[in-house]
Amino acid sequence: MTMLVELAGIAKGFGQGEARVQALSDITLNVAAGEVVGLRGPSGSGKSTLLNLVACILEPDAGVLRLAGETVWEGKWSRADLRALRREKIGFIFQFHNLLPFLDATDNVALAMTLNGVPLREARTKARDLLDYLQVGRRAVAMPSKLSGGEAQRVAIARALANHPQIILADEPTAALDSERAQVVMDLLRQVAREQQAAVIVVTHDDKIFSRFDRLVSLRDGRIEGEHVSP
Amino acid sequence: MNLALRDIRHNLGRFLLTCVGLSMLLGVALAMVGIYGGVVDEALSLARGLKADLWVVEGGTRGPFAEASRIPGDAREAVARLPGVTAAGSVTFQTVEARHAGGSGNADTPDEDTVREQAGEAGRSRVGAVLRMQVVGYELDRPGGPPGILDGRGIAHGRLEMVVDRGAGVPVGAMVDMAGIGFRVVGLTTRAVSASGDPLAWITLRDSQDLQFRLRPPAARRALQGGGGALPRDTVNAVVAHLSPNADVEAVAGEVRRWKHFAALTAREQETVLTSSLVDRARKQLGMFTTVLLLVSAVIVALIIYTLTMDKVRDIATLKLIGAPDATIVALVMQQALLLGAVSFAGATVLLFAVKDNFPRRVLLGPEEIAGFGLVVFVISLLASLLGVRYALRIDPAQALGG
Repeated sequence: MTMLVELAGIAKGFGQGEARVQALSDITLNVAAGEVVGLRGPSGSGKSTLLNLVACILEPDAGVLRLAGETVWEGKWSRADLRALRREKIGFIFQFHNLLPFLDATDNVALAMTLNGVPLREARTKARDLLDYLQVGRRAVAMPSKLSGGEAQRVAIARALANHPQIILADEPTAALDSERAQVVMDLLRQVAREQQAAVIVVTHDDKIFSRFDRLVSLRDGRIEGEHVSP
Repeated sequence: MNLALRDIRHNLGRFLLTCVGLSMLLGVALAMVGIYGGVVDEALSLARGLKADLWVVEGGTRGPFAEASRIPGDAREAVARLPGVTAAGSVTFQTVEARHAGGSGNADTPDEDTVREQAGEAGRSRVGAVLRMQVVGYELDRPGGPPGILDGRGIAHGRLEMVVDRGAGVPVGAMVDMAGIGFRVVGLTTRAVSASGDPLAWITLRDSQDLQFRLRPPAARRALQGGGGALPRDTVNAVVAHLSPNADVEAVAGEVRRWKHFAALTAREQETVLTSSLVDRARKQLGMFTTVLLLVSAVIVALIIYTLTMDKVRDIATLKLIGAPDATIVALVMQQALLLGAVSFAGATVLLFAVKDNFPRRVLLGPEEIAGFGLVVFVISLLASLLGVRYALRIDPAQALGG
């Protein structure tokens, strides 16, 4: 089993002196290829901080972070290196889809590919294929404002998959959807994880989808409180 | 994929509305540049129109346009005899307020509609209207006459005829009353104005000397009673000379400067006097206005771009998170600023050319001025975008995550 996300003894705090807040302490978590892991916990438990660490937005104070075989922050990592790592290896899905409002569905997906050096024409063709795969191809030329919540989230998933990432990070991807559409989105993420052998980490409060994870990790006060493995 | 263009297309109405506002502001700044060009052109119009290679003026003065200059009329004879001089003519200059006296009583006398039609672009003068003009007195068939006749003819038989610039708004055949003397307009010139923008009129030297030095009867009587005679009337303001093409203008000027009570200015020196003394204040005033307007434009562009960038915080954070390099972010902001500047500059130019003929002063803009202004707008847009660029580069990609 190939481990794509490996966190060992990760700690992160904010502020200094008496005002210092320890957001994460001694976090050890591995996510394998093809696995869908949920992160849950109350507000302030450290979910967002953990997501930002895996997204290489924050640098941990202690511990080791390995993503798809690369030890991040070891040696010199410039901002450009980190962006290249995100561009090539990580796909992001957001709570409110975060599609660029001035690009249509196809170009929102194609943009991620062009940033990775794919020529625009080829990127558009691949983007349409991806939208078809996610059953939203008929909305390929629609602007985000004209898409329903479920359609927009599928386009966002297509953008996340554009560069065949090994890791997919999803931040409350079903929060803005009704339960039926939420189940569809989770099914898609599971399908992607299996078919593309990607490691998927989903931060969620949505108890309706807890059963759709391979593992559900509970955080409290910056520590892993427990793990629940689905049968 | 050009994100700046796509964003503009998405918010086209807002962008164009912003451009319209900025176009008006830049249009005013461009008008200042054009008005300055017009002021310089008008200031040099008379000096250039006379096509003089050499100006002989009163000693110790800088010529009739900068200060009072009076020399005897017979100085022209001496100047004409100088080696290298091909022709010389005496000239006088005076600013007068004349009155458009209508027709001459002849059958040719035009009605008012014809007056306005013939007077052309500036034909706003009505019969009885006061006309402020600069009157040039010159000797027929000698240097100093009108540069070109647009309509009618030149002064032919001497007395009481005048050629006037069409900007005065009087047509050929009209009568103009100056100090109680009626002059008949026989010809029109175009774009002949004084340094202060007044239209030029040409009359004979004799007529101009009468206008300038002839005493009205009561004053003449008082002068006689006081024991004084009539003032000497053969006085002119300058002698203008044409030189042969191979003559050394500096050498001829040097020769004149050796004469007592006379000074000489070459054509270039005369233009320098006009631009440095007469135009200098206008340059400073208009330059200051232009600078202020451009600074205001820069601040407005900076604020617009900053606001546009603030509106895109989540989009920029998302771009950063999905791995867009800084160059993509910088291009998004900077290209929008440059497009805003370019479209507004084009709008300002079109707007100004549409209305410039209605300005009270001449607006003169050549390709060089327009290109120079465009370059300034480009630099302003570039600099103004830096505030937005700085803001965009500081956006934390983490802002894309969370609600």
